[in-house]
Amino acid sequence: MIKDLGWKVGGAQGEGIDSTQDIFALSLFRLGYYVSTYRHFMSLIKGGHTNGKVRITSDISGHHGDDLHILLAFDQETINHNFHELIDGAVLIYDTAIKDAQVPENDNVHICPVPLTEMAKEAGSPIMKNMVSMGVTAAIIGLTPDDFRSVVVDKFGGKGDEIVESNIAAIQKGYDFAKENFKASLELPARPEVKSERLYISGNDAVSLGAIAGGCRLLAQYPITPATEVMYQIIKQFPKFGGTVVQAEDEIAAVMMAIGANYTGVRSMTATSGPGFSLMMEALGLAGISETPLVIIDVQRAGPSTGLPTKTEQSDVYTMMYGSHGEIPRIVLTPRNVEECFFFTLEAFNLAEKYQCPVIVATDLYMGMNKQTVESIDFDKFNINRGKMISDEQLAELEKGAFKRFDVTAEDGISFRSIPGQKNGRFVAMGNESDEVGVEMEEPELRVKQMEKRAKKLAKFNDLAGATYVGAENAELLLVDFGSMTGPQREVYEALAAEGVSVGHLSIARLLPFPTEEIKGYIHNAKKVLVTEMNSHGQLKNQLKQFVGGDHNKYESCLKYSGDPFLVNEIYAKAKDLADSLKKEVTL
Amino acid sequence: MATLVDFRAEKPNWCPGCGDFTVLAALQKAAVNIGLEPENMVTVSGIGCSGKISQYMGSFGFHSLHGRSLPVATAVKLANRDLTVVAAGGDGDGYGIGMGHFIHAMRRNIDITYLVMDNHIYGLTTGQTSPTSDKGSKTKTAPDGAVEEPVHPLQMALMAGCGFVAQGYSGNLKQLTELIEKGIQHRGFSLINIYSPCVTFNKVNTYDFYKSNLVNIDEDASYDKTDRFAAIRKLEEHEENVTGVLYHNPNKQAYDEVLRGYPEQAIAKNDLKITRDEWEKLAVQFK
Repeated sequence: MIKDLGWKVGGAQGEGIDSTQDIFALSLFRLGYYVSTYRHFMSLIKGGHTNGKVRITSDISGHHGDDLHILLAFDQETINHNFHELIDGAVLIYDTAIKDAQVPENDNVHICPVPLTEMAKEAGSPIMKNMVSMGVTAAIIGLTPDDFRSVVVDKFGGKGDEIVESNIAAIQKGYDFAKENFKASLELPARPEVKSERLYISGNDAVSLGAIAGGCRLLAQYPITPATEVMYQIIKQFPKFGGTVVQAEDEIAAVMMAIGANYTGVRSMTATSGPGFSLMMEALGLAGISETPLVIIDVQRAGPSTGLPTKTEQSDVYTMMYGSHGEIPRIVLTPRNVEECFFFTLEAFNLAEKYQCPVIVATDLYMGMNKQTVESIDFDKFNINRGKMISDEQLAELEKGAFKRFDVTAEDGISFRSIPGQKNGRFVAMGNESDEVGVEMEEPELRVKQMEKRAKKLAKFNDLAGATYVGAENAELLLVDFGSMTGPQREVYEALAAEGVSVGHLSIARLLPFPTEEIKGYIHNAKKVLVTEMNSHGQLKNQLKQFVGGDHNKYESCLKYSGDPFLVNEIYAKAKDLADSLKKEVTL
Repeated sequence: MATLVDFRAEKPNWCPGCGDFTVLAALQKAAVNIGLEPENMVTVSGIGCSGKISQYMGSFGFHSLHGRSLPVATAVKLANRDLTVVAAGGDGDGYGIGMGHFIHAMRRNIDITYLVMDNHIYGLTTGQTSPTSDKGSKTKTAPDGAVEEPVHPLQMALMAGCGFVAQGYSGNLKQLTELIEKGIQHRGFSLINIYSPCVTFNKVNTYDFYKSNLVNIDEDASYDKTDRFAAIRKLEEHEENVTGVLYHNPNKQAYDEVLRGYPEQAIAKNDLKITRDEWEKLAVQFK
């Protein structure tokens, strides 16, 4: 596994845990380290336990790490819930304001009681205990108070120099206290050289920026965890780009608005999570049959129903692939890291217009709400391609009423699209089956032709790679995953490869059109295929069985559906067992 | 200048005598009278007999889902404010499954005109109780008579702050045309509820019934259209059998006029590309 340092802050919800985590992570990011974060929170506003983890590495990673080296506790619950994660040599920092603090016996953990609240009060305000604790942490991991200065200036600069300086003073107090009282010291991983324009960004923010760069100018959304942040970011930015946001009355309205705007020629999307996505099913079919572009972001969370609203899962695979009645062409993209959240969303708008069909971008709470270092987002890769839009000149050449919006003779199944405002471009988009001009009809032959037309659209899809493979040629053990599981799974792959296991790692970037041709070789060659996913049915595994097939006995699942993200070790243990069983077979 | 012919599309297949013919004719006439061009107008409908109107109207059209015409129409208008947007539906469509959108479209005061062809019955599904069916009316789904109170769309609209509330009747093409013209010209959400008799399934709310019961307030010079409560009283007084403009407040600001950052130029005409400089300004918040 990657050499890392794991740091976690915990306290009561509403106590500033998020901002403490953010200040620490952003400071380390600015020093050049790679950071991955994870927020553990509950579906309530105040009270209850919450914590935020930051993993610091010298190489890019897509996981918040198994090990915990520093635990910063603002309350007793933090100690109760998280102490056991501390590894040998780790440090517990806790606020002496916790009355009669109970710390489990463990000689291998340095216990550092610090009067965080008291020192914060001395520095000006008890809320600065997070700053005092930055100072304590700095002293332990060999940083200086100055290393936090730029973040403090950015966060509090707007409130005046005095506030900035009192925060810096609070950091210094914590630093001095730790230097005087504790011997504990932990080593940060090697500091990497920064060569690119890195970003410290969440999947939700990356999706939002991808949408803006992809020309989206109307967002219609209903608030739902964990997708709401998409709306926050876009509301903030759209006035600068001539776009607008509608907080719809419900998810059905949201998706219908996105369809309406796309029909009118404005790139538009909605973002939601499972329960909201379920409400959009009828509209999904409408976009499919009316051949209206549509982009939906599904930031998956743990279901069914309202399930675990603040916990992560990948259990919308079936809904995304098969949801809505009837049969329509659709594209389902599954970004595997935050950078792909950006580019897949950008590309989703090109694909929606090129194929005139719905495109679903599937992320999840784990990737959506947690920030990571992204190596760089290359402006030169931005592109806008609007597909087959008919020009005013082309329309002028046609006889009045002759424009065939749903022309079945198009070889690729994609017919030219007009938008309201275009003279002679009149047509009616509808959920009923229609003829080539767009007139409702029920004739069997025409119906079949229209179905076949729409089915043709994606038959030769090759716009984006459907999967990525690394590993040995003809690997015996094949690790497969999609979405946010690719990050931790890559670490498992690397650990096994380093042990000499014949292993490969196949990560799926697209569920529809299913990348059967791209992946079947790896699957057919492997002796065991371990599919790691965050659901209980093995939804991705079942797609592999259906689309790629072969001996169904070779497929194994590594599943988690507790709401907590996978630990790397949990996947490793399962993969290692399989690797060992393969070795045994050979020996026998 | 476009003529009636330009606003004609497919031949309607409504039942002979259906009230919806008049609604279509009034919409076409209103469009011509105002001087609209077919390409700059979008008619969005839901599902049901009423929903077919988008196919028969020679403007751009969107025949959407049951009850969902208003969100689509809202987005069409927001996407391109230069378009004239008319949403159309029936009582089942708009006041049943679409009731939520109805209230919220009025809250937003989006600049669209909403025509509801109210026949007090579900027509296309062959005669079930609708949200506006009178209490006690016998239908296939209420053989002993409907036990629910009907919804009162006009009163609801008045209470929801709708700036233009009117009612028309398929037996009076001239008045209905004028109402639609006024509704389209009103800047903001306008509701025109239209008694559009279903000659096949509703044997109570017939042309004859309306002929002998409707009161035309447009003919009452003393009626104050700016008094919301007068409108409610008028509706109560005549058991809602009133036609004309019940309420008009031209001073309410439309949704697109109050949205923060909403551009002057139609969004649909915007350039989609962002510049390197714009990108760098976006990215800097994550550094």
